[in-house]
Amino acid sequence: MMVGHRRLGIWLLWGLVILMVVSIVAGIMVGPVMIPMRSVVASLLNVSDDNVSAIHRIIVRQIRLPRVLLGLLVGSALAVSGAAMQGVFRNPLASPYILGLASGASAGAAVAILFASGSLFFLPFGAFVGAAVAALAVFRMARGSDGRTSILTLILAGVAIGALFSALTSFLLFLSSGGERLSDVLFWIMGGLGRASWTSVALLSPVVAVGIAAILYFSRDLNALALGEEGAHHIGVNPETLYRWLLVLTTVLTASAVAMAGTIGFIGLVIPHVMRLLIGPDHRRLIPASALVGGCFLIWSDMAARTVLAPAELPVGVITAFFGAPFFLYLLKTRGASL
Amino acid sequence: MRIEVRNVSFAYPDSPLALNQVSLEIASGSCCALIGPNGSGKSTLLRIVSGVLPPKTGVVLLDDTPIDTRSAREIARHLAMVEQERVIGFDFSVREVVALGRIPHRSRFAKERPEDVRAIDHAMDLADVCALANRSIRAISGGERQRVHLAMALAQEPAVLLLDEPTTYLDLRHQTQFMSIVRQRACEGMTVLIAIHDLTMAAQVTNHMVLMGDGQVVVAGQPADVLTAENVESAFGVRAIVGRHPLLGSTYVLPNLAREREG
Repeated sequence: MMVGHRRLGIWLLWGLVILMVVSIVAGIMVGPVMIPMRSVVASLLNVSDDNVSAIHRIIVRQIRLPRVLLGLLVGSALAVSGAAMQGVFRNPLASPYILGLASGASAGAAVAILFASGSLFFLPFGAFVGAAVAALAVFRMARGSDGRTSILTLILAGVAIGALFSALTSFLLFLSSGGERLSDVLFWIMGGLGRASWTSVALLSPVVAVGIAAILYFSRDLNALALGEEGAHHIGVNPETLYRWLLVLTTVLTASAVAMAGTIGFIGLVIPHVMRLLIGPDHRRLIPASALVGGCFLIWSDMAARTVLAPAELPVGVITAFFGAPFFLYLLKTRGASL
Repeated sequence: MRIEVRNVSFAYPDSPLALNQVSLEIASGSCCALIGPNGSGKSTLLRIVSGVLPPKTGVVLLDDTPIDTRSAREIARHLAMVEQERVIGFDFSVREVVALGRIPHRSRFAKERPEDVRAIDHAMDLADVCALANRSIRAISGGERQRVHLAMALAQEPAVLLLDEPTTYLDLRHQTQFMSIVRQRACEGMTVLIAIHDLTMAAQVTNHMVLMGDGQVVVAGQPADVLTAENVESAFGVRAIVGRHPLLGSTYVLPNLAREREG
């Protein structure tokens, strides 16, 4: 099989930046109340225009814009974490949740919702702590007596710790026996951008910016790691150092994203995978492309979640899986040989 | 570059010693074969010389500098290794894989410089993989893949080339081609250390030989001195006809199946 199509790589990246701008504007326009593009642009640029109603301005600036930006941040964080995890595990089926992060975050969120009434502060805090505890436990398990990290133990420990935290979440849900809080927890587990606010955007954006930049810094080393641990070592890349940094970075990135938006599935698994099929496995292009497409994909999914059953709102995880899975299967069928 | 291994011992976790007080010296520009039965410690020794495994005791010196004082990247600028078999994680093109060999010489975000392009093209030319440049590394045959890995190691422009049974999966033509590239590199001054099972091939290509058994050096020296019927029998438990080939002038080893049956 020839792989010459990758020369499109750089142009594709610029195309994706344009797609991102289009997605942001579209994400602000579409919703239970449709807002014309003119109003969106006027509100964003803060230009006075008599034809733009004050309500539209408020919707754009206080509701839609933070929500769209949160979608962009969360989507990029999950897609980049997924790309990094797949690189570390040299397995295209790895996802950012492989270390039990999702279950840990859900358990933490359930504790916060049930015992601290799920206040804006305690819910993300609980989720982040839960995710971090799960990841730390997995690291500790996978660290052998000789100080080396075993990838296989890491995966198995991730499964076991994940199961443990899922059981804890189920137990808490059982104890709470119905009521509004139960649906709160469930909605959170399925993931959504409904809690978006300028505070959450302000908290998440520095973490995502630094996290993605740092993972991009290691992108060449991820290419080397495709040769295996010893192969990477032979071209001067120490795999142990690389593992440690990347596992910490993806944990912080994923845990922060999950803390703000729940455990949105599928993006971290599918987006890097699809981008790898389109522009090749070179992480120096794969990571920025995954960031852009992951962000756009979540914006469009959230648009669908808001409008399909409006005024009711679907959990966005339903949408990401509903559209992502068939597309993924299509790629698998047509391009499967190169996976 | 001169390699010196001094009193190196090593054991894998929960196992007996894989290497027991191994010492050897490989002169700069020499082509040295590591021979010996499976499990005699050849691969372990190569991994220790490459800096991937730290020895339990002892030290490895490259031109009198202990390798444990150098970073992986510094080592990789001088030393390259071709493993027996390597599985590449993703769908990289052949040229992308060869270009990975330039990593130790390039800064992190720099584009390919003219000298990188030259080194990559030259290495691909030497290993005869130019025609495969845009093919996926996963869509080519095992023999082709092994030559790609040789090209990657050559693109590193190393002073020392380590090879761990690199021709195991190659057919006769590619074995011969592979070994003649290796010999050519040695003639041009590269220090080569190769673990190899084909004793006759080893005798043709190398000018120094180290016979290992049970994690120790049994005997080292010129191929003609190391490859004797007694040494082969004591190391491998096989009776063989060992002689000097009348045309090539190198030693050949021919296992004698008839005598093996007699017991």
